[in-house]
Amino acid sequence: MNEGLLVILLLFLPLVTFVVNRLFIGKKWPVLSGYLATLILIITTLLSVVLAWQYYFEYGKINGTYALFIPIDEPWLSFSNSLSINFTILVDALSVMMVLVVNIVSLMVHIFSLAYMKGEDRYGYYYAYLGLFTFAMLGLVLSGNIFELFIFWELVGISSYLLIGFYYTKPEAVAAAKKAFIVTRFADFGFLIGILLLGSLSNQFDIVQMVGSLTSQQTLTQGAGTSFIGLSALTWACLLLFMGAAGKSAMFPLHIWLPDAMEGPTPVSALIHAATMVVAGVFLIARFFPIFQLDGTVLTIVGIVGAFTAFFAAIIACTQTDIKRVLAFSTISQIGYMMLALGVDDNILNPHLGYTAALFHLFTHAFFKSLLFLCAGAIIHAVHTNNMLEMGGLRKLLPVTHIGFLVGCLAIAGVPPFSGFFSKEAILFAAYQQHKWLYAVALVTAFITSFYMFRLYFSIFWNKPVKNEHTHEGNWLIKLPLLILIALVIVTGFIPFGNFISANGKPLLLPMHIGFSVIPVLLALLGIVYAAILYFKESNVPASLENSFGLVYSTVKHKFYIDELYQFITHKIIFNGIGNASAWIDKQVIDKLVNVSAGITFSFSIAIKKLQSGKVQQYLLIFIVGILCLFVLFLV
Amino acid sequence: MIYYLLHNLLPFKQELLLLLGIFILLLTQIFGGKQHTEWTLQWVNLLLLIIVLAGFWPVGYNSAFSNMYQLTSLNAFEKSVLAFAAYIISLQGYNWLQRFEHTYEFYVLVLSSLLGMFCMLSSTNFLFFYIGLELSTLPLALLVNFQLNKKQSSEAAFKFIMSAAFASAILLLGISFLYGLSGSLNFNAVAAKLILNPFSLVAFLLFLAGVLFKVSVVPFHLWTADVYEGAPISVTAFLSVVSKASVLFVLLNLLFKVFYHLQSVWHIVMLILLLVTIVIGNLFALRQENFKRFMAFSSITQVGFILVAFLGNAYNASTAVVYFLVIYLFSNLAVFGVITYVENAFDKQNINEFKGLYKKNKFLSWVLLIGLFSLAGIPPTAGFFGKFFLIMSGSENLNYIPWITLAAVNLIISLYYYLRVAIVVFDNNVEFDAPTIAIPQPIKLSFIICIVGILITGVGSWIYHYIYSLTAAAF
Repeated sequence: MNEGLLVILLLFLPLVTFVVNRLFIGKKWPVLSGYLATLILIITTLLSVVLAWQYYFEYGKINGTYALFIPIDEPWLSFSNSLSINFTILVDALSVMMVLVVNIVSLMVHIFSLAYMKGEDRYGYYYAYLGLFTFAMLGLVLSGNIFELFIFWELVGISSYLLIGFYYTKPEAVAAAKKAFIVTRFADFGFLIGILLLGSLSNQFDIVQMVGSLTSQQTLTQGAGTSFIGLSALTWACLLLFMGAAGKSAMFPLHIWLPDAMEGPTPVSALIHAATMVVAGVFLIARFFPIFQLDGTVLTIVGIVGAFTAFFAAIIACTQTDIKRVLAFSTISQIGYMMLALGVDDNILNPHLGYTAALFHLFTHAFFKSLLFLCAGAIIHAVHTNNMLEMGGLRKLLPVTHIGFLVGCLAIAGVPPFSGFFSKEAILFAAYQQHKWLYAVALVTAFITSFYMFRLYFSIFWNKPVKNEHTHEGNWLIKLPLLILIALVIVTGFIPFGNFISANGKPLLLPMHIGFSVIPVLLALLGIVYAAILYFKESNVPASLENSFGLVYSTVKHKFYIDELYQFITHKIIFNGIGNASAWIDKQVIDKLVNVSAGITFSFSIAIKKLQSGKVQQYLLIFIVGILCLFVLFLV
Repeated sequence: MIYYLLHNLLPFKQELLLLLGIFILLLTQIFGGKQHTEWTLQWVNLLLLIIVLAGFWPVGYNSAFSNMYQLTSLNAFEKSVLAFAAYIISLQGYNWLQRFEHTYEFYVLVLSSLLGMFCMLSSTNFLFFYIGLELSTLPLALLVNFQLNKKQSSEAAFKFIMSAAFASAILLLGISFLYGLSGSLNFNAVAAKLILNPFSLVAFLLFLAGVLFKVSVVPFHLWTADVYEGAPISVTAFLSVVSKASVLFVLLNLLFKVFYHLQSVWHIVMLILLLVTIVIGNLFALRQENFKRFMAFSSITQVGFILVAFLGNAYNASTAVVYFLVIYLFSNLAVFGVITYVENAFDKQNINEFKGLYKKNKFLSWVLLIGLFSLAGIPPTAGFFGKFFLIMSGSENLNYIPWITLAAVNLIISLYYYLRVAIVVFDNNVEFDAPTIAIPQPIKLSFIICIVGILITGVGSWIYHYIYSLTAAAF
């Protein structure tokens, strides 16, 4: 099939789901809308497989390098000759990989939701929003124009908002949706400035040309060298892009929205807040990677923020008891790993290992994390609670879920031969070669990760005897996606990922040294053992440990009081200080000014009322006087 | 022979279709086909649609009547726009026309008026232009009188015919001066002879005033509100969209092709008139209680904004004006459609009587809201993009930017009165005083066309590019 048509179909079919379900059938025939959406997703997933196959194995490789293609480049908004925004679709190794991931995970979520969301109010609209999200996310990864990318970026945010707040009668859900939207919007503000800065430095918004012109030597010596507070304009632009990326990808200190976003339906968390949208930040940096490489400082910042976030979120995850929140913090932590990998990319020691490692981890993480979330969904569906302390012994009642969760935990902990092991290994190796101390942080985090994941696993499936014997696993619609994802988690690690994705398009062999792998794997196993000691059987050791840590424990449990800090800053300082002052100016100065000018306008309007008298003679007189006035004006 | 005839008549196809319609209507009337109103409504609508489509037929051989008539593909597109507007108005007037005793006459007059506009659009000669202008105006005077049981309607018709006759006299005076100057009525011949001197200035100003009267530019606008209020609502819609659009299309042709030597003069004239028009239009629109009068002043303000584009070069100005008028058609007719329906069904004319409409019928209220948003130029709607390109075109000459900024500030005032209407409609505290609302299919169709138009014409930039390609070929 023609690649342009293929991509267009792939991109716009989910939009069709949204329009049809939201406007036409969502309310009347909700069940139909669910099946329609799933059917469309099956089609787009097949299309994306075709696209990936054709790209990677048929036409993508030119002279041993993966080239980029622009099947569609239509002028969209042309403001002037120099300023125009095209609707461009960019097909390269990165976007094809992302399209594949988004479609597969989205399809799994669609199928899973058929059973999970059954009987919910607004079931049809749920599928409409899933369609909108899929469309936006596909558009985001395929965008070849930075403005277009920004529009899809915001659209992704909106569909996330709609889905987090799906249970809109629950005040927590509404608050969480608002929080997610505001925090990411705040970050997008920086992103937008970054876009404008890049646009003005390179004189265009087309991503390929922009990257090309910025990396050329000429621009570097000219405009990009302009400095502001000691950093060059280009560095600022990269930092601002990273700010946008950090908002979407929940990097410290903008991570606060993601745990709350778990108020949304669980399949949504699997799709948006684990596998696809939250890694958009990683994608963004990968997309502009050549620009980031120009400046080592920004990449170092990215790496440090990533490593810190990975460690920080892992610690918090150890203290949470809501299973979805544990998973949310583990997501934050894993994205931290990806950022870390991007940050330690280096083209001297080991050419672009970090870049490939980050995207490899993105790829594997998408599958094992959505598997974990869908398992969590299946568990919640069965036992009707999120709290892991109320669970226990579920392994016999939910056999498929149990296997799935175990596989997911092993993968995230980095135990071979599951996919997470391979990608994490690559990240650790890249970090080891670049910054030893970042490697150390990553190692410690790996240990904590396997501890808290198995704490979760043992608490849910072992620990106590079962409370309710009648709990049972859902039907095949719940099991099928789990089984597919289990298979994917086992298989994906063996993909020679470096052959497909690398910073310069040339194949890259991911290093794998058994000697190097020993330490991380041992640490992971140690974490599992430690979790088993504490949580395999019901005991009061964990509780007494918590008590002995006292203040430290409660600080961590309250997520280091960062939410409270934000509350304090926004409510006490910004609202009271700046807000009240501006309110006074608004009321006393601006409103008065507006009222006075409105008053003047109104009285003037009354004054000229006589002009419209209803008498034709007078109308015609004014007509003539008008012409005469114009004439006199030109004669004088 | 027949081939030769057809070949010659092909550029004239849209006019011929109109003539055909008029003849059929007259004949059926003579032979007493009065009973088939329903059927007439259907086929006239179909005919209008065919005329719209005929406009996209490629223009081959393009002149007739010894070069007094010339067709460019831009003209053909403009004619399609006018016919399409007439089609929507015809759909919206459905429940009025259905029980109106003079439906046949209504259509005869509307089609005649359209025929006049079409002739005017393609004219390359002042005589032919004048005939077209009169042919388009006279039927309108009759149409204004069509609320037969109302005195107000007759008064409006009287005022209209008086003012129009007066304006025509002024216009003719201008044309005769131009003839005196150049010894010809042909556009190109006049254009070649025009140089800036007091005499040509007088001729031009008289002519321009006569034309600007039709589009209600202040100070030639005073008839507007009275006539709009008195006329049947469908006729008001026709006056405010079709009639205005046709004259503005012609004005592009006249100013950029005939009077381009006087550009320095008409730039200043336009600048003064547009500022006065926008300000006066706004000030009057602020305090109108009658919806039709409100729309009269709103349309005066909109025309003021359209004049902004004339300050740019021919290509940008034409594209911006035609593009805006397409958007204006959808937006204004969305609003007019709702007023038409409410007036015809419940006899309500005042803005305050629309209170609580939202509670009664959400669809109507949303249509009204989107239409008003587009008129006010609020971003996702097409109205924003339309205004954007008008102002872009006008801002080409940097000297005018302060004045255009002043005009743009007036958008804020217009925002106030458009939103005031929206608030009234969405007021949930008051019951809309009417029995249940059932909207007939044709009216619903017209609303859907308008809404789709408003949402698509703005974002779909290919429309702008298409019009640009047409203007590039025409100038």
